[in-house]
Amino acid sequence: MLRFTLRRLLIAALVALVVSAMSFGLMFLSGDPAFAIAGEGATEADLEVIRRHFGFDRPIPVQYAAWVTGVFAGDFGDSYYFSKPVVSLLAERFPATLKLGGLAILVALALSIPLAMLAAVRQNQLPDRLALGLGTIGQATPSFWLGLMLIWLFAVKLRWLPVSGSQTWAHFVLPAIVLGYYAAPSMLRLCRAGMIEALQSDYVRTARAKGMLPRQVLFGHAIRNAILPVVSVAAVEFGFILGGSVVVESVFGIRGIGLLAWESISRNDFPTIQAIILIYAMIYVWLTFLADVINAWLDPRIRVS
Amino acid sequence: MTQAASLPHPSPRKLLLMRVRGHRGLLIGGVIVLFALILALAAPWIAPHDPYAQDLSRRLLPPVWDPRGSFEHLFGTDALGRDYLSRMIYGARVSLLIGVCAAVGSGLIGTTLGLIAGYYGGRVDAFVTFFVSVRLAMPVVLVALAVVSLFGGSLWIVVSVLGLLLWDRFAVVVRSATMQLRGQEFVIAARAMGASTPRILLVELLPNLVGPLVVVASLEVAHAILLESALSFLGLGVQPPTPSWGLMVSEGKGMVFFDARLIALPGAAIAILVLGINLIGDGLRDVLTPEGRS
Repeated sequence: MLRFTLRRLLIAALVALVVSAMSFGLMFLSGDPAFAIAGEGATEADLEVIRRHFGFDRPIPVQYAAWVTGVFAGDFGDSYYFSKPVVSLLAERFPATLKLGGLAILVALALSIPLAMLAAVRQNQLPDRLALGLGTIGQATPSFWLGLMLIWLFAVKLRWLPVSGSQTWAHFVLPAIVLGYYAAPSMLRLCRAGMIEALQSDYVRTARAKGMLPRQVLFGHAIRNAILPVVSVAAVEFGFILGGSVVVESVFGIRGIGLLAWESISRNDFPTIQAIILIYAMIYVWLTFLADVINAWLDPRIRVS
Repeated sequence: MTQAASLPHPSPRKLLLMRVRGHRGLLIGGVIVLFALILALAAPWIAPHDPYAQDLSRRLLPPVWDPRGSFEHLFGTDALGRDYLSRMIYGARVSLLIGVCAAVGSGLIGTTLGLIAGYYGGRVDAFVTFFVSVRLAMPVVLVALAVVSLFGGSLWIVVSVLGLLLWDRFAVVVRSATMQLRGQEFVIAARAMGASTPRILLVELLPNLVGPLVVVASLEVAHAILLESALSFLGLGVQPPTPSWGLMVSEGKGMVFFDARLIALPGAAIAILVLGINLIGDGLRDVLTPEGRS
């Protein structure tokens, strides 16, 4: 188990290193980053000043090394646009994104687990087909469009909820529903499969034979075993939700990391973009690492291969 | 025994056709995609107006189901007075073109990596698996947005970016399928006959991977269409005045208070097309792969 964990940790660290190099290299993809910052019509002297100021006159590996050393110390450099540390920008914006992500996971769990139970109990009947159909349609619906249609219905027509912004809890209701809806189908499928397996198991048959009520069997025995893998997938889904929040945050005007990323991209604010890409990648790497280790701990067969 | 032997045996091709006919999802998906293909290919003949022709005296005309609407513009006009139906029809072109080209590009990358990893195994496999992990760790939407913003949005930039980002599922599926195949007798026989490695990979192994490849490809076409629409919606995909459905939703965004039609129609078009392609992908998995049959 320790060897497995260390091996996985090493791979995760290597992945993180390569991603950091790639997100750093992004800046040089278009050629001269100074030109992208200065914009059209900059003179050669202007460019020279910018290069000197931001240190683009140094060799790229040196710049990368300086950046990575800073990152390890929690310093992502200064934002070109705001001229203040990227870290303070991120700290300002992270609460909104975390709040949104947490609510979205709750929506996804609240949506997928009851539906999965219903679908498993009534396998191949109407509820089951409806649950699977809902997932298939959900996967095809563009999130920005679903968001706008919900805004149109609940904010413009019915006037129940605000259109956009992130001031109150009411502002988070619609975006959390949109993001949660996208995370739900994979959890639903997993939980349904787990429930079906559990309902056919010996201990459920024993419980039924003892004369337990169907309700007790379902909630006391079956769901406990079916829910475990869902929790580990929920962790990975959380990473995807953060990635998907770029679109949803810009639709609903939530001042989180996703909106900051989009704004920074249109402003050519490279240090902020690099930091956000790296952080998203880190979160993904960590969550998959944790999920791997938890799964290996639960199932010894995985450790060997 | 003689009776059993005389029973008519349907040929494998006929069996496949029977399974396709009996699969409702596949048929529905097929009809949707066929319809979209016809719209895309025959757009110049079907579209009632020029999708680029602006007429500021005919701005924001209502659609035909509105009491004030007319048959001149079935879906009404947009904020620049362009016929919305014609723009929707040309939008099918943009979506399908980007979806198919991106899937072909990512399919080439992913299949090559997967074949090599699955066939050689060992260190080569470890390297490819690592490469896939790196790709999965990169947030697709963010990286795509950043790259498009650096190079400037155009149809072919979007196709290239998506092609370079969406190969992971191809690689994973081809890798595991190749691993299962490489120990089989026909591969060993080919090697014994002195076939070169490229020949084994392309002539012996690749034809056996057509089933899973078609399934992944259809799902990736849908994925690419969804991503393109999101990129265009955020203003960093296909650029105006190209009639892309995602861009049309973005252009209609400011009108959400007055005229939801401008958002509802192109968004619904994306959802229906992607649903159709996904139904085909899921259906093909059921029909083509033995594990999928129940």
